[in-house]
Amino acid sequence: MTAITHRPLGGHIVTKPFLILGVFVLIAAYFILRRFLFGMGDVSNMSNGYPIGTWVVLDVVIGTAFGCGGFAMALLIYIFNRKAYHPLMRPALLGGVFGYTLAGLAVMIDLGRYWNAFNLLMPWYAQPNSVIFEVALCVMAYITVLWLEFWPAFLERIPSEFKQRFGLDKLYVFLKRYMYVLVALGVLLPTMHQSSLGSVLLILGYKLSPLWNTTWLPLLYLISALAMGYGVVMLEATLVNRAFKTPSEAALFARLARVAAGLLVGFLLLRWGDLTYRGHLGLAFVGDWDGNLFLIETVLFLAPIFVLLSRRRASQRWQFLAAVCLLAAGSLYRLDSYLMAVQPGNGWTYFPSAPELLITIGVVCLEIMLYLLFIKTLPVLPGSTAESHGRPS
Amino acid sequence: MDSFSNHDLETHAVQDLDGYRGALGGLTRRQFLKYCTGVAATLGLSSLMGIRIAEAATAAKRPPVIWLSAQECTGCTESLLRAYHPTLETLILDMISLDYHEALCSGAGHQAEAYKAKSMKENWGKFVLVVDGSIPTKDGGIYCMVAGKPILEAVKEAAEGAAAIIGIGSCASWGGVPSSDPNPTHAKPVHEVLPGKTVINIPGCPPNPYNFLSTVLYLLTFGKPPALDAKNRPKFAYGRLIHENCERRPHFDAGRFALEFGDYGHRQGFCLYKIGCKGPETHANCPTIGFGDVGEGNWPVGIGHPCFGCTEQGVGFTKPLHALAKVQTYTPPTAFPAVNAPKGEGVSPAAAAVVAGVAGLAVGAGAMALRGMDGGADSSADQHGDDR
Amino acid sequence: MDMSRRQFLRGAAGAVATAAAAPVAEAAAPFAPREPKQLPPKAIGMLYDSTQCIGCKACVAACKEANGKPVEQPQHLAQWNEGAWDTAEDISGKTLNVIRVYQNGAMAEKDREVNGYAFVKRHCLHCVDPSCISVCPVSAMQKNPVTGIVTHNPDACIGCRYCVYGCPFNVPHYQFDEPFGRIAKCQLCSHLLAENPLFSSRDNAAVAAQAGTSATALWKKSRIPACCDVCPTGASLFGWVEELQAEAERRLALKPGEMYEFPRGLLGGDRPAQAAPIGHYQPHIYGEQESGGTQVRYLTGVPHEKLGLPKLPDHSFAAVSEGMQHTLYKGLIAPVALLGGLVFLARRNAREDDERKNDEERPS
Repeated sequence: MTAITHRPLGGHIVTKPFLILGVFVLIAAYFILRRFLFGMGDVSNMSNGYPIGTWVVLDVVIGTAFGCGGFAMALLIYIFNRKAYHPLMRPALLGGVFGYTLAGLAVMIDLGRYWNAFNLLMPWYAQPNSVIFEVALCVMAYITVLWLEFWPAFLERIPSEFKQRFGLDKLYVFLKRYMYVLVALGVLLPTMHQSSLGSVLLILGYKLSPLWNTTWLPLLYLISALAMGYGVVMLEATLVNRAFKTPSEAALFARLARVAAGLLVGFLLLRWGDLTYRGHLGLAFVGDWDGNLFLIETVLFLAPIFVLLSRRRASQRWQFLAAVCLLAAGSLYRLDSYLMAVQPGNGWTYFPSAPELLITIGVVCLEIMLYLLFIKTLPVLPGSTAESHGRPS
Repeated sequence: MDSFSNHDLETHAVQDLDGYRGALGGLTRRQFLKYCTGVAATLGLSSLMGIRIAEAATAAKRPPVIWLSAQECTGCTESLLRAYHPTLETLILDMISLDYHEALCSGAGHQAEAYKAKSMKENWGKFVLVVDGSIPTKDGGIYCMVAGKPILEAVKEAAEGAAAIIGIGSCASWGGVPSSDPNPTHAKPVHEVLPGKTVINIPGCPPNPYNFLSTVLYLLTFGKPPALDAKNRPKFAYGRLIHENCERRPHFDAGRFALEFGDYGHRQGFCLYKIGCKGPETHANCPTIGFGDVGEGNWPVGIGHPCFGCTEQGVGFTKPLHALAKVQTYTPPTAFPAVNAPKGEGVSPAAAAVVAGVAGLAVGAGAMALRGMDGGADSSADQHGDDR
Repeated sequence: MDMSRRQFLRGAAGAVATAAAAPVAEAAAPFAPREPKQLPPKAIGMLYDSTQCIGCKACVAACKEANGKPVEQPQHLAQWNEGAWDTAEDISGKTLNVIRVYQNGAMAEKDREVNGYAFVKRHCLHCVDPSCISVCPVSAMQKNPVTGIVTHNPDACIGCRYCVYGCPFNVPHYQFDEPFGRIAKCQLCSHLLAENPLFSSRDNAAVAAQAGTSATALWKKSRIPACCDVCPTGASLFGWVEELQAEAERRLALKPGEMYEFPRGLLGGDRPAQAAPIGHYQPHIYGEQESGGTQVRYLTGVPHEKLGLPKLPDHSFAAVSEGMQHTLYKGLIAPVALLGGLVFLARRNAREDDERKNDEERPS
């Protein structure tokens, strides 16, 4: 149908890693049950000093950045017309689907009054001044868009006589024809809410160290989301490639690497430039908690730049390392600005409890399980035309 | 009374307690020892000290006491007369030799004055001087004349030969009523007219008789005054704020106050702070010792009247009766949360283990993935892949 | 010095930021903060005078009773406490008001910074420009347009806790130990005030005429927030914000130690005043400018930061955040324009893609 063909990977679904992941999901399910029966305090260490804990920061703020692969690739492929990367689109999209859907799940666990969650959609409760309101609506819309964008993968798996009988063929054609609207929305919505995830922090004022608190937060968040998007595509593809012996895309990534490196350079320039301009750069070198976190972040941001701009970027191994570094840098940046560099005063301290972390881990495990399930059963990964639609042994 | 009036005190061997029934105000030996032990307890001393007190109180030669009255109302003496353990007569007839007291001495006029002079001369340097009332100093002290001379002079003169000086009552301790604004007689407390002398102050209007009795017995027993605070008040009696031991304190802590006399809170026995109780700034043992030996709760706050701060200079007779007290707990109670009290949960071992586990897994998985890349060591990666 | 190096640097940086770098930074900011909000016409509030507070905690007990909150105790005190005493360490989901203490060294004298102690009352300050309202996605936090009281509507609230996260004073608190917890915060005893028509209308005269009495009489018999109602010394004083501000300025103008008739309960009410010496005040009324102004204001004897009242700029962080949102999303012009551009590009590129498809071009 399109120039790029995808095929299901096939193979056993219930494997040893799948089962191990399942155990973690079950553990998380137990604690989630407890959370709903006895309240959040029963499983988490969140407090009124640190009301935003790992569930939001790891699963939503960082989780959606990991889910930005779809956003970043769509921008590159459809908006900047770099069709060469097309084979990477659908796996990236799938990563986005689960990154965002499970972030939504984490939000439902985290909401203190989840039964009122639909109030977000009630016009009479709308509060357009609220950054969170915008983030919530955007994320909800984007999850819908992601699933619609991914819908053709389902349709391709449905037997054609079945499709014809229920007119799903027409739906497929319709989706394909108007896919560009979805693509445009799929770029606009993450642009809006990823930048807004940064705007959210402006309300913290003095609670957040000036090393992070700047009016450029939205742009910094947007750039870091895009960079992490490319990072996650590289990481995902490399791992899948290694694990399932699919054709290597290292050459493709060597070019993508320059895009990611450019974004990182822009990020660092903006961040350091802004700090220098505001006169807060000195805080980075005083050797305290905030300063050291900032320096670690900077090193993690610099490392992938050097790798990706050197000849090493052609090597799969270095690509992998750079991607890991990049994702660690972006994650730490988000973790710091939401939690670790936040000082609410009044004597509050916070470290997540074990059950709290296990819920987050369970959500991530569920994400990986679903990803494995989908790439094995649905046409997600790029494959040769000859094998398309066929279920390999 | 009857029983001991028949005895000639001087001829009896005082140490022989068993043969001394009646002279101890009708107490048996056992009762007397119990009483002395009780006094020891009031003073915060061990029960062994009770024996020493008994010995001191029944010593052959009773220590002479000269009691001078300045600008006073005799309330202190009246209060003392209402003591029941021991009764005043036990004190003045068996324990001390009260050689001069204007209200109590049986002689009068020149006879009394002559006996005072004789006693002072004989016991120079050994007698105990007790003063009640404040000393007028204006115009040479002419506003309180006893036996033709200002009391100021009498006090100064007696103080010279006194082994110990006790100022009883608020007037003697810090000026009391006569010293209240506008203080027409320039009334001063005893210690202010006797610079350089230690004057033990037993303030109160009237003071609790047991605070006085205990102090006297301490003096007799140990030959030195009990531990005193900065205002020379015995610490055993004036060491704490009334607020600290008040039976209504829980109501204060819980925010339950009487708002006016006879209202619901007042009838319920709530805290009287809001109607002017000075307990929070007044040092005395009233709530623990009570008055009149008729049982617990018999003291001003106990019966529903706010403390008016008689034992504290600058409070009693100075502050308006229903003005609020300045709460003077030395340090705020620990039950207050601190401004920056540490809150929140730290790192638990389980959480640390989870974090370490995830970190280890990530590093391990990363290393595994790296091994097979760029064509190197393909086999291991293959195995890994097969598992899936 | 109690201050850690980190706190010091933080403070120093903050001071530098406000003193010198702030105008520069604002010039460099990609947008301007939203216009500051003004005090509502009939703003009511509270004046808390720390030097008059005796720490009796009557306000804490009265608050619990008036708002139906349970006795609270932190876990580490539960062993000896066994539920008998209310020992909340801070405001929480179950405690809307708490008296905390500042202690230093020997704690010998009240309202002294060194070797002294001081009490401070902690509850919602009812900001003029509240962060909690700005962040709330479902309008659960509301500011009464007449009285300026910041209220919370649990039926709207989704429990996202961004009000807790964003409040500069850490005031709204969520009940983490409840399966169906809600956000708790002081609402200035709105339910008690509601009995007085003065607080629901802008026009005092009209209200008074309807009630057949004078506005002053109505004011005098008003029910007032429980904490101010029971305060024995007038440390917590209720009234119109403007009058409270004038009262605070009067106190600041007097010499420390001078006797002053401290009004009690309701400023302008008919309760007898309490005569006491004027405290050694810090020369600033906290809440006059902080965070764009608050309707609860503080007079204290020790520096505000020592009492857990943070140093804040004179604009609300909500104004910064909303300034950003309004710049980016004003009339949704920018997002719609962006969407238009994206649709155009995506469509053009998709069409090219279709054309190229015929050539069966393989990706490299």
